[in-house]
Amino acid sequence: MSHQSTYEPKTGIEKWLDSRLPIVRLGYDSFVDFPTPRNLNYWYTFGGILAVFLVIQILSGVVLAMHYVPHVDHAFDSVERIRRDVNYGWLIQSMHANGASFFFVAVYLHMFRGLYYGSYKAPREVLWIIGVVIYLLMMAAAFMGYVLPWGQMSYWGATVITNLVGALPVVGEGIREWLWGDFAVGNATLNRFFSLHYLIPFLIAGLVILHIWALHVPGNNNPTGVEVKGKGDTLPFHPYYTVKDGFAIVVFLMIFAGFVFYLPSVLGHADNSIEANPLVTPAHIVPEWYFLPFYAILRAVTFDIGPISAKLGGVLAMFGAIGVLFVLPWLDRSPVKSMRYRPIAKWCFLIFVIACLGLGWCGAENPDNLVFEFGGIGMPFVVLSQILTAYYFAYFLVILPVLGFVEKPKERPESIEASVLGSSPAAAPAE
Amino acid sequence: MKRFIATLAALAALATPALAAPGETHAPQEYTWSWEGPFGTFDDRQLQRGFQVYQEVCASCHSMDLLSFRNLGQPGGPFEFLPDPEHEGELITFANPNDNPVVMDIASRYTYTEIDLETGEEMERQGIPADRFPNPYANDAQAAASNGGAAPPDFSVIVKARPGGAEYIRSLLLGYDYEVPEDVTLLPGQHYNPYFPGGVLAMGPQLFDGAVSYADDTPQTAEQYAADVAAFLAWASEPHMEQRKRMGLGVMIFLLIFAVLMWLAYRQVWANVKH
Repeated sequence: MSHQSTYEPKTGIEKWLDSRLPIVRLGYDSFVDFPTPRNLNYWYTFGGILAVFLVIQILSGVVLAMHYVPHVDHAFDSVERIRRDVNYGWLIQSMHANGASFFFVAVYLHMFRGLYYGSYKAPREVLWIIGVVIYLLMMAAAFMGYVLPWGQMSYWGATVITNLVGALPVVGEGIREWLWGDFAVGNATLNRFFSLHYLIPFLIAGLVILHIWALHVPGNNNPTGVEVKGKGDTLPFHPYYTVKDGFAIVVFLMIFAGFVFYLPSVLGHADNSIEANPLVTPAHIVPEWYFLPFYAILRAVTFDIGPISAKLGGVLAMFGAIGVLFVLPWLDRSPVKSMRYRPIAKWCFLIFVIACLGLGWCGAENPDNLVFEFGGIGMPFVVLSQILTAYYFAYFLVILPVLGFVEKPKERPESIEASVLGSSPAAAPAE
Repeated sequence: MKRFIATLAALAALATPALAAPGETHAPQEYTWSWEGPFGTFDDRQLQRGFQVYQEVCASCHSMDLLSFRNLGQPGGPFEFLPDPEHEGELITFANPNDNPVVMDIASRYTYTEIDLETGEEMERQGIPADRFPNPYANDAQAAASNGGAAPPDFSVIVKARPGGAEYIRSLLLGYDYEVPEDVTLLPGQHYNPYFPGGVLAMGPQLFDGAVSYADDTPQTAEQYAADVAAFLAWASEPHMEQRKRMGLGVMIFLLIFAVLMWLAYRQVWANVKH
């Protein structure tokens, strides 16, 4: 850890353990005494919320796995059996299914917060990259988890997404069959998806430890983007942030409980209550809401680009939309972290958030339907998603690199303490 | 063939064409159900009537494979509470729904064919509460062959499986009185119903005034039958709904108090700290 340890073992057992495995010291230094900027706002509580949801998903998932049957003939009925006959199975299943959605709500807010306050910039590039890897694994876990109930959307979603791999030249079809374990999505696919769905959360848990480690070496970023300079800038994590995060977690859990108990299937799709049938294609195959922006990017590429077919182009754009996040720390050339002090970037970021929401909207709609329609004349959704996709990539590849050179940042506070006290640094107590 | 279907699906996803549906599909008619809202519960009498409509009308074609007779007597089910034979006006309930006399009676009216484990001979026995609702067909192939090529859907989770839920079921059952639009051509055995996606379905109108005799003085109209059976199917799709809402109330109150305490603790801890 980056700060001097202040842990003093008091009891005999603590002293004995501290000289053998200083795990209490690690916990104390990381989550009790850890110096945390005093100006963190509620946008900084989503890390804690995400940790809680990882635990909720793993615990509820372990119980579900005790009752679930990963076989094409039994999977659908076994999930219904959990909802009907397992003690509180309706609750555990609803928590797990809705928990996935709330996990993504929290991770998107967490990521937007990182983008706004420049938390991906030096010295936190590794922290950011580990976060993007966690996000990728979350998407894989969510995608495979959605296949397990073996409803119509499970089956056809899996079919559509795994077929994307087939778009890769030369190796695509081979990889696709290797993923399926068959020549179509079938029992072999369901079995391996179940296995991987159980594995991935533990990989995520391991990466979360690395994520926190990479956070605790440089310390938290903060809304000013000004690095911690002295003791006056920070507060110990406990009790200040345990209680603030705790409050935010309980409020978030209230919204979650509202869905679990009162709107348990509103985030799902009616077609997934129909057992998978390879002979009947749903009229409209849509992924879960948290994949919709990427689904819109996938479908936005409707034209061949040189030797790249439209289908492959869409696949590349979709993966590129996440891939670009890995190099973001080196694309943004501005030395200023927080967009509070970046008058142009701030607006570009706001448009970026709207573009992401708009892409989600496009992903849910039929691309040929008209948006902004007046008397039969309007723009097809596919055109809107092309515009928004262009902005998505432009934000990372053009706007952020160029703004680093042309934007004139506003004056930043001398230190966190100075910004909190709202006075000139000279008036602040030296402490 | 499988690969062909898979490819088709991928193509469909990448360039989803607008499905040209003949005629216009109507949104389900709005209807006020007893179970709406955070405190709404099922009306036991309505569930009982709905079960009767299902048994007498729907069950000849539509299975409910996930339902057992015992479900009818479980907490939240249609026959959870029965009139007490010893004290007039009072209700009794059974901790084990398998002991519920109404449920036992319903189950006993069905006959199940099994192989006798002692003799290996086929034998017939009476149904018991643990039995699943009998399927009208031996398998999907028979169901499809008996119904013009498409098996009637199972009703276990039908309300969850249809956008619009119970309102859709009710509207569909009552939606046969519309004039067939000019662009819709009906083949023999097909019917027009604007609530059905695409407007053309094999099932004809099933509910007619007076077709089911209710034991009480509830109106014996197609309208009433449709609402009752939709209510029963809504319960069957989610038999623990009442328990869910009841527990939800407790959880929400707990979390609200917890949130207030956390907020007060937060104010207290941060009271003298500039941030």
